Amino acid sequence: MIEVKNLSKHYGDQIAVNNISFTANDGEILGFLGPNGAGKSTTMNMLTGYISSTDGQALINGIDILEEPMKAKKEIGYLPELPPLYPDMTVKEYLRFVYDLKKCKLPRNTHLADICKLVKIENVYNRIIKHLSKGYRQRVGLAQALVGNPKVLILDEPTVGLDPSQIIEIRTLIKKLGKNHTVILSSHILSEVQQVCDRIVVIDHGNIVADDTEENLSKTLSQEHRLIVQIDGPRNEVMKMLEGISGVKKLDRLKSYSGDIADYLVETDEKSDVRRELFEKISSNGWCMLGLKTQELSLEDIFLKLTMGENIKGFKKAKKEAD
Amino acid sequence: MGAIFRRELLAYFTTPIGYIFLALFYAGSGLFFNLTALTSGSANMAYIFTLLIYVLMVAIPILTMRTLSEEKNQKTDQCLLTAPVSLGGLVMGKFLAAFLIYIMAVAITLVYAVVISAFAKPDWLVVAGNIVGLILLGSAFIAIGIFVSSLTENQIVSAIISFAVMLVCYLLNAISSVIPIDWLANIITKLSFVDRYTGFTLGLFDLSDALFFISAAAVFLFLTVRVLEKRRWS
Repeated sequence: MIEVKNLSKHYGDQIAVNNISFTANDGEILGFLGPNGAGKSTTMNMLTGYISSTDGQALINGIDILEEPMKAKKEIGYLPELPPLYPDMTVKEYLRFVYDLKKCKLPRNTHLADICKLVKIENVYNRIIKHLSKGYRQRVGLAQALVGNPKVLILDEPTVGLDPSQIIEIRTLIKKLGKNHTVILSSHILSEVQQVCDRIVVIDHGNIVADDTEENLSKTLSQEHRLIVQIDGPRNEVMKMLEGISGVKKLDRLKSYSGDIADYLVETDEKSDVRRELFEKISSNGWCMLGLKTQELSLEDIFLKLTMGENIKGFKKAKKEAD
Repeated sequence: MGAIFRRELLAYFTTPIGYIFLALFYAGSGLFFNLTALTSGSANMAYIFTLLIYVLMVAIPILTMRTLSEEKNQKTDQCLLTAPVSLGGLVMGKFLAAFLIYIMAVAITLVYAVVISAFAKPDWLVVAGNIVGLILLGSAFIAIGIFVSSLTENQIVSAIISFAVMLVCYLLNAISSVIPIDWLANIITKLSFVDRYTGFTLGLFDLSDALFFISAAAVFLFLTVRVLEKRRWS
């Protein structure tokens, strides 16, 4: 269990992390989501005692990391952004070193063998780390965090640099670990957090902007309804008609097909349901409605909304153009 | 501390650093041994030990340059500092590993003494005093090297600055002679590494000299711990 209370970190005048609080319960995988430079790694470094906090408190299983660092650090397995590997050692030497470093009491050979099996690095066990690929290094880093079987795992972007099949493997592994560990996982990859985590904390510019399950986040944020309608009809007239519907907040033509067919995005506020009116107006004009679907906010939309605020429109436009 | 000590020791021999240091020390001391003892037919080893201070000044920066700078550079310090190890234990582990390699280097002087004993009777007590003095001087230099290494992320910078600091320590006598303020010159003379060391090479064992080097090593190791601590709090 991890409790973070009003944690802050200042670098001179710069505020890297600003007064954040959250809790990760036992057996929970907490996703720590934010754009690059949001303060994710800083927070994790504070939780693991690598750097000190300017203010506030971090409790690992009830032990304050700054007051009783030796005791608290024993409870933590940490995989930093860059796996802390010594390139000149073999995997075996390195894991044995970590085992000694953590003053681990479990039977050494079987414990290390179990971990290697879990993260699938048995076949590189005797190889020198500098000759390993990025994916294997990441896994050795994860193995390092697992040595000593700590109850709390703090993983900073654990899937960075892995290929798609490795990513899936590591995610499955983290899910498995999440059943009997407290896991905090940081990422800027939304789908990852969506798949793996039970709860999501979104951090931006050092502030927590959301802390909830993914479902709830989608619910609270999707205040407007979004409809995508496919209409066969003269485009300008269709747009004019759509503008005339009351309750419509936003309109956009998304994609054009052959003839007069096009997709339109219609955003309305929560109260108004315009589907019936839409249907009737289209048919009274002699056009044809080919499709109608509601669109829920994806995690990506939520994320952008939370972290970019007003810039969201410009960003999405730029993104669309880039696509 | 034990784990760090063992890893460091291993690292000295899985990287070229340990070999370079030992080779440099053996070659340098061998050269001086040849010049001062063998060619001139002298059984007095004091010269070798006096000259060895130059070898130390070049070789010890190489021995210590990567101790902490490389950890920072490769981010492996995240592994060390988030493990249940105290900073004191961390620094001490590093120091002891470098110290052990250094002892392996110094041991060669015993061989020289044995070689001399084939021709003449060396004064074994003086030799022992010399070796003790060399070990003490070396441990102070190693502590300086580790301290400098904690200040930078770059091994080369670490080596050069360590060399410069050791050079200053070596030149303290010369510096004090050009300082017109008496009391300041006096203090600097008292800190002179060379003066303290020369006593040992002459076969004089002065407890205050021994304590001087031990405290110098302790001060720099303590400062290293403070640097690491400060980095966390900045």
